Amino acid sequence: MRYLPLTPDDRSAMLAAVGASSIDDLFVDVPEAAQLAGPIAQLPMHASELAVERHMAALARQNRAAGDGPFFLGAGAYRHHVPASVDHLIQRGEFLTAYTPYQPEIAQGTLQMLFEFQTQVARLFGTDVANASMYDGSTACWEAIVMARRVTRRGKALLSTGLHPHYRSVARTMAKYTGDLLVDGDPGLDAATDWSALAAAVDKETSCVVVQYPDILGRIDDMRALAAACEAAGALLIAVVTEPVALGLIQAPGEMGADIVVGEGQSIGVGLQFGGPYVGLFACKAKYVRQMPGRLCGETVDANGKRGFVLTLSTREQHIRREKATSNICTNSGLCALAFSIHMTLLGEAGLRRLAAINHSRAKAAADALAKVPGVSVMNSVFFNEFTLVLPKVARPVVHELAERGVLGGVSLGRLYPGNEGLANGLVVAVTETVTVEDIAAFAAALKEVLA
Amino acid sequence: MTALNRAGWRPEMNAGGADDNVTFTGNRALMLEEPLVFEIGSNETTGVDFDEEAPAADLGALARSAPIGLPGLSEGEAVRHYTRLSRQNYAIDLGLFPLGSCTMKHNPRLNEKVARMPGFADAHPLQPQETVQGAYAVIHELAEWLVTLTGMDSIAMSPKAGAHGELCGILCIKAALQARGEDRRVLLVPESAHGTNPATAAFAGFSVEDIPATREGRVDLAALKARLGPDVAGVMITNPNTCGLFERDLKAISDAVHAAGGYVYCDGANFNAIVGRVRPGDLGVDAMHINLHKTFSTPHGGGGPGSGPVVLSKALAPFAPLPFVTKEGGRFRLVEEESAGEDHPESFGRMTAFHGQMGMFTRALAYILSHGADGLRQVAEDAVLNANYVLRGLEDVLDAPFAASGPCMHEALFSDKGLAEGFTTLDIAKGLIDEGYHPMTVYFPLVVHGAMLVEPTETESKAVLDQFIGALRSIAMRAKNGDPALKSAPHFAPRARLDETMAARKPVLTWSEPVVAPGTPSMSEIGGS
Repeated sequence: MRYLPLTPDDRSAMLAAVGASSIDDLFVDVPEAAQLAGPIAQLPMHASELAVERHMAALARQNRAAGDGPFFLGAGAYRHHVPASVDHLIQRGEFLTAYTPYQPEIAQGTLQMLFEFQTQVARLFGTDVANASMYDGSTACWEAIVMARRVTRRGKALLSTGLHPHYRSVARTMAKYTGDLLVDGDPGLDAATDWSALAAAVDKETSCVVVQYPDILGRIDDMRALAAACEAAGALLIAVVTEPVALGLIQAPGEMGADIVVGEGQSIGVGLQFGGPYVGLFACKAKYVRQMPGRLCGETVDANGKRGFVLTLSTREQHIRREKATSNICTNSGLCALAFSIHMTLLGEAGLRRLAAINHSRAKAAADALAKVPGVSVMNSVFFNEFTLVLPKVARPVVHELAERGVLGGVSLGRLYPGNEGLANGLVVAVTETVTVEDIAAFAAALKEVLA
Repeated sequence: MTALNRAGWRPEMNAGGADDNVTFTGNRALMLEEPLVFEIGSNETTGVDFDEEAPAADLGALARSAPIGLPGLSEGEAVRHYTRLSRQNYAIDLGLFPLGSCTMKHNPRLNEKVARMPGFADAHPLQPQETVQGAYAVIHELAEWLVTLTGMDSIAMSPKAGAHGELCGILCIKAALQARGEDRRVLLVPESAHGTNPATAAFAGFSVEDIPATREGRVDLAALKARLGPDVAGVMITNPNTCGLFERDLKAISDAVHAAGGYVYCDGANFNAIVGRVRPGDLGVDAMHINLHKTFSTPHGGGGPGSGPVVLSKALAPFAPLPFVTKEGGRFRLVEEESAGEDHPESFGRMTAFHGQMGMFTRALAYILSHGADGLRQVAEDAVLNANYVLRGLEDVLDAPFAASGPCMHEALFSDKGLAEGFTTLDIAKGLIDEGYHPMTVYFPLVVHGAMLVEPTETESKAVLDQFIGALRSIAMRAKNGDPALKSAPHFAPRARLDETMAARKPVLTWSEPVVAPGTPSMSEIGGS
C-alpha cells in the first residue's frame, strides 16, 4: 500500500520491541465478540492511483460542470473566476498540511494570514472586527442569532422574508431545540423588501433582526432606518451577505449600522465545489468581541520583541470553557479563508470595485435581454448581480427544459420554497463576470423557446 | 532604508544594538521576514486583469463611495507574499506532526487532483438533479463505505466538521426523545472528553454531568450505571478514548444506557485506531461522527475545513437531517424539504445550507478506494503499532500513567511527573520545535497532569520514529536535569515564545495604520468590554 511505510520486517521488529507476539496482542482490550477476523468481505480491496483516478473521473464526467455552457445559478453560491495563483498557493504543503496554529512559533504563516483575513473581512463588511471564519454562511447566521441572545438576554429573533430559505431552515432547526422564538415567513414577488415592516415590529423582547443584503430575490435596500429602529429598541441588527463581491459596489452593512455582519465567503477564491467546503464570515462591532463565536487571531510580540500573532481570547472557546463556551465550534475554514484572502489580495480595492461593477452591468444587460422574452418580467427595481424573473408559467419545469437545451438558467423559487404557489413562477438568475454576451443571448433564446 | 522592513523588528530594537546575529533586513538567509499585506500593498495595485472597463452604476445612496482599505498586490508580489508566509509554518509535508487526537497523517495528492476535477469543483449545489448524478453518486458511495465500516444503519453526510457532527447526533437524540414524548435533560460526559462534547450538549440545550473514570483511565461502569435514570438522555463517549485506551466496557455501557431509556453518542475522533478491526455498531453505539480529516486524511488546511458525517443506529435513523441522497433504480435523488414529508417525516431539519463538504467527500472516497478494506485495516494496525512503539520507547524516561495496564491504541499518553522543579510540559513541547518536530498535544486530556499526547499515525516509518524517540528522550532528560536553555526554547524557530497574555488583555484583531513612527508595530487597542 503506497501510503504505508512500514515493511513486514519493521513490523516484526517493532512488535518484538513492544513485547507483543502479534498485532492482535495490541488489540487485547477489544472484546473478542467485537473483533473482525479480517478485512470486511463485502468491500473492495486496495487499488492503484490509476484505478482510483479512473473511477473518480468517470463519476465527475456524469456531472455537468458550470463551465460547460451558459450558467446562471446563484442563490447563495456564485461562480466567479478564481486566478490560477490562488489554487497554486493554497496547495503549498506548509498551508495545506498544517494544523490549527496552536504552536505559534512555527505557525506564523497561518496566523499572519488569518490576521490579514480578519482585517480584510472587517473592512469589506464595514465593521470593527472579524473572526478567523466559520463553517459557512448558514451556520454563521445561526451563531449570530445565538450571539445576539447572549448580548441582549432576549430570545426573539425577527427574520426578514428575504433571508435565504436554507439559512432560515438552519435557524428553525436549531431554534426548535434551544427555545429561541423565530418570527419568519416566505417573501412575496414584490420589488420592495420587508424592512420597514421589520422596523415597525422590533420591540423590547426582540434580540435581533436578521436581513440579507442582497437578499434571496436579489433585492438591495438601505438599512439605516432599520438599524436606527433596532438601536432604539435595544435589539441587534444582523446583516447576512451571501455575495460579498457586491460590497465592492454597494454600501457595507457595517457602514449602515449593522451590529453583526455574517456571510458566505465562497464567491471570493473558493469556487462552487457543489456546496462545500465554503467559508463563513463573521464580523461585528468591537464592543461585542468577547461574545463572538469561533477562533480569533491577535497581534502580540515574542520574547525577543518581534511582532507575532497568536490565537487569542480563547476563554470563549470550548476547549477551555467546555459547556460554558460561546459555541461548540472547534475549527474554522482555514484553507478556504486562505483562498479568500489571496483572491482579495490579488484583486485589491481597485480590482474588487471593477469586478463588482462588471458583475452589475452584465446582470443589467441580462435582465434587459430576458425581459424582452414574451411573458417574462423582471421583479426587481434595483439589484446587484442577481434578480428574480417572473415567468408566465411554473418555473421549476422550465429549469429542466432549459437544461435539456444546454442552459443552466437559474434557481426556481419552486425548489427553494416548495409548496408556495404564489412563488412558483419565480426564477432567480445570477449573472457574474464569467457570463458572456453569447451566454445571455443563448439563455434568452432558449427561454423564449421553452415558454412558447 | 526601512521600506521593506516593516515586520515590526529592526536591529535597533535589540537592546544590545548590532551584534553578529543581526542582519540589516531582519532576514536570516532562507528564514525571511514578511510584512503584512497592508504594509506592502496599495489600494490601486491589482493582480487581476479584466477585459473591460468598469461601467458606471446608478445606485444612489447605496453606492459605496468611501475607501474600503483593501490593498492589492501584483501577481508576482502576491505569490511571493504567501510563499514567504508559508515557510513560517510547520506541516506534515515537512516532518512528524504527532498531535494526539488530531491524526496528522500524510495527505495523498491524488485526492487533491480528484477534488479539482471540474465535474466536482465547478458544479453548483442547486443544479438540476439530472445534471449532477455523478456528485450524488460520490456522496452515496462514500456513505455506503462509512456505514459498512462502522456497522451502523444509516448516515447523515451534511455536517461540516466534527463538532457539527456531534451536534447532528445530539439533535437526533433530542428528536428521538421528543418523538417518545420524553423530556430528558441530562447528558453524561466523561471528564476526559474533548471540550466540544460538553459544549455541543449545552449548545443543544442539555445539561452536562461528569462521568468519573477508573484509575486505569476508562469510564467507571458502576458509577455510570448508578447515575442512569429517567432524566438521562444518554452518554457521550469517545472510543478509543482521549487517554489512548479502548473502552473495554462500551458494550455493557450501551446495554445499560439503552435499558434506562437513553442513547449512546460516540465521539469518533479516534476511529482511525480501529477502522477495519472493530465496528462501533457492534458495541451498541447509536450515533458517531467521523472526522474525514482525521481517519480519512482530508487535509487539515491550517485549521479546517473539516467534515463530520454521522453514522446512526436504526433507532436514530428516522431523525437524520436534510438533505440526503437516495438511490432509486440506478438514479440518484436528493431528498430536500419538499419531498421530506413523504420520505422522511421525522427528520429534525436542515443543519447547513447545502449538502455538506463535497470537496472533502471526493478526497475521502479516493483515500478509501486507494486503501480498500484490507488497507484500512492495515492503517489501524500500523497506527496502533507505531503508538505502542513510541510508548515503550519512552516510558522509562517520561511518566506514562496508564502504560502498566496494557497496550495503548493509536496514541501514547505521558505526564509531567518527574520533571525538575519549574520545568513543564510546555518546555518539552518547545524543545521539540528546536529539534525539528511539531510538538505533541499538550495539557489534554485534562485528567492527566501536564498531559502529553503523542499520535504518530501509520504514515511514519520506523526510522522516523526511532529518531523522534531519541530526540524526545534527550529533551526529557534535559527537563529532568533542569537545563535552563530548555526554558527559553525554541531558539531556532521563526519566533521565540509569544506573549499570549498581552494578546488577550489588549486584543489587536485587525490591522490599522500605525499612529506613531512608521515601522512601529501598531498596538492600538480595539477590543475590551
